[in-house]
Amino acid sequence: MFKGLQGALSSLGHRVIEGIWRIGAGARLFSYICFYLPEIFKRPRLIVREIFSTGVLSLLIIIVSAFFVGMVLGLQGYNTLQKYGSSESIGVLVALSLVRELGPVVTALLFAGRAGTAITAEIGLMKATEQLSAMEMMAVSPVARVIAPRFWAGVISMPILAALFSMVGVLGGYFVAVPIVGVDSGAFWSQMQASVDFRDDIVNGVMKSLVFGVVCTMIALFEGYDAPPTAEGVSRATTRTVVNSSLAVLGLDFILTALMIGA
Amino acid sequence: MSDNIVEIDNLSFGYKGRLLHKGINMVFPRGKVVAIMGGSGSGKTTLLRLIGGQLNPNVGEVRVDGDVVHKQSLDGLYQLRRKMGMLFQFGALFTDLSVYENVAFPIREHTDLPESMVRDFVMLKLNAVGLRGARNLMPTELSGGMARRVALARAVALDPQIIMYDEPFAGLDPISMGVVCNLIRSLNDALGATSIVVTHDVHETFTFVDYVYFVSGGVVVAEGTPEELTNSDKPFVHQFVHGEADGPVPFHYPAPDYKREVLRGHDV
Ligand SMILES: Nc1ncnc2c1ncn2[C@@H]1O[C@H](COP(=O)(O)OP(=O)(O)OP(=O)(O)O)[C@@H](O)[C@H]1O
Ligand SMILES: [Mg+2]
Repeated sequence: MFKGLQGALSSLGHRVIEGIWRIGAGARLFSYICFYLPEIFKRPRLIVREIFSTGVLSLLIIIVSAFFVGMVLGLQGYNTLQKYGSSESIGVLVALSLVRELGPVVTALLFAGRAGTAITAEIGLMKATEQLSAMEMMAVSPVARVIAPRFWAGVISMPILAALFSMVGVLGGYFVAVPIVGVDSGAFWSQMQASVDFRDDIVNGVMKSLVFGVVCTMIALFEGYDAPPTAEGVSRATTRTVVNSSLAVLGLDFILTALMIGA
Repeated sequence: MSDNIVEIDNLSFGYKGRLLHKGINMVFPRGKVVAIMGGSGSGKTTLLRLIGGQLNPNVGEVRVDGDVVHKQSLDGLYQLRRKMGMLFQFGALFTDLSVYENVAFPIREHTDLPESMVRDFVMLKLNAVGLRGARNLMPTELSGGMARRVALARAVALDPQIIMYDEPFAGLDPISMGVVCNLIRSLNDALGATSIVVTHDVHETFTFVDYVYFVSGGVVVAEGTPEELTNSDKPFVHQFVHGEADGPVPFHYPAPDYKREVLRGHDV
């Protein structure tokens, strides 16, 4: 009994210490990335290539998901709003939900699954096959050459993807509300235009997706960089990327929303 | 300027407490090809990593061109590494780049040469390892031996002063083996470089190196020119040169007594 308790306590302590250690190691990696910032602007081609593989290749899943999310919003919103006789406000509902919440959050979740896992697996494998070591021996910093470009690419891609998500989502909502359900097209757009505020809604949404971009990309990079150099190590790291990014996004979303509404 | 480009002084190093090197002393004179030989797991790869500054010694130091490696700042370390080229035991080619781009990588990173000159350099190196025709292949399309030859071309792409080869002969057929021996020797002499060759291929190695260190149990157990060692009657040298399993060089990773472990298995 006592032994079991002691074991449980010590394993809890071990986990806590390891968690703190990993946060520290992640912060150190982040500081190196910032340190190599000037290096990156000397060679923008590296970032462009990474924007292609993280951002552009995520386009399809983002657009398709956004369209469906928008259509569902249109249906559900219409269903509820018409009970109060205000089905013209459907445009407002769709746009606000997307721009303030669903755009940044769902994009970040999809990004973690599509681009984050790819980043983690790629970097973990590069480490396992000594490619990062070889780079170091050639006096090329792997942080400057491999990690930093992927980081900035992720940070740049995320807000753009989120904006695209919101845009396509609105189109999805329009597609359901106007041609299918029969809401007046003019009312759909004009109410939306009147109620969506640039600073309160759009800027806040973009800020959220920027934060998510930093966090998701950083988690993916760190997990890959820190993965044990084995097949099992890389596969676990990939799982952790998805789990940790999703939790971080949802948790941060609550905090950011509270701050933005409070402010 | 010292005559030795690399000096290892009383170096001790261990992973997780278990000491792997226990006071190693070696010198690598400029212009020579020096072999480090020892059994599998005797810490040869680790020794190369210590020279390259990827690991720090517990005791002692490694000096490269007069500078203590583990006391360098990050910048200093990178400056030192630009004098070195290393062939990794498993090649470590960049899997997202073609053969050509792999060899071009260090050139592009460290120089601003125009593309036509990069091309000339890369072709020269690929031709030397007999793989000019494979330049457009990706690393996954190469055989193990071809990959190592590409890695070799990449290691010497910038004509380094110190070239470290980790098992350059592993996975090569007898013809490529002879070619690689000649290549190591001629690159060394043409560049005026110093080569450190880690290997356990006694017969092949003795034909072209200038000096040999034998490591075992964490210390240098024998050293000398190939002639001296061939005629040596020291037991470890004899064991190694003639490939005998029994002798002072242990074949087994440190373990409890085999008989006792087998019997314990029956008790459980
Ligand atoms: N990253 C590591 N962490 C812990 N132990 C390690 C690590 N790398 C190597 N070792 C241990 O250090 C010892 C020496 O490894 P090293 O790779 O230097 O041997 P080696 O002489 O190159 O062997 P081989 O000829 O088989 O390549 C081995 O016993 C190995 O178990
Ligand atoms: Mg080795």
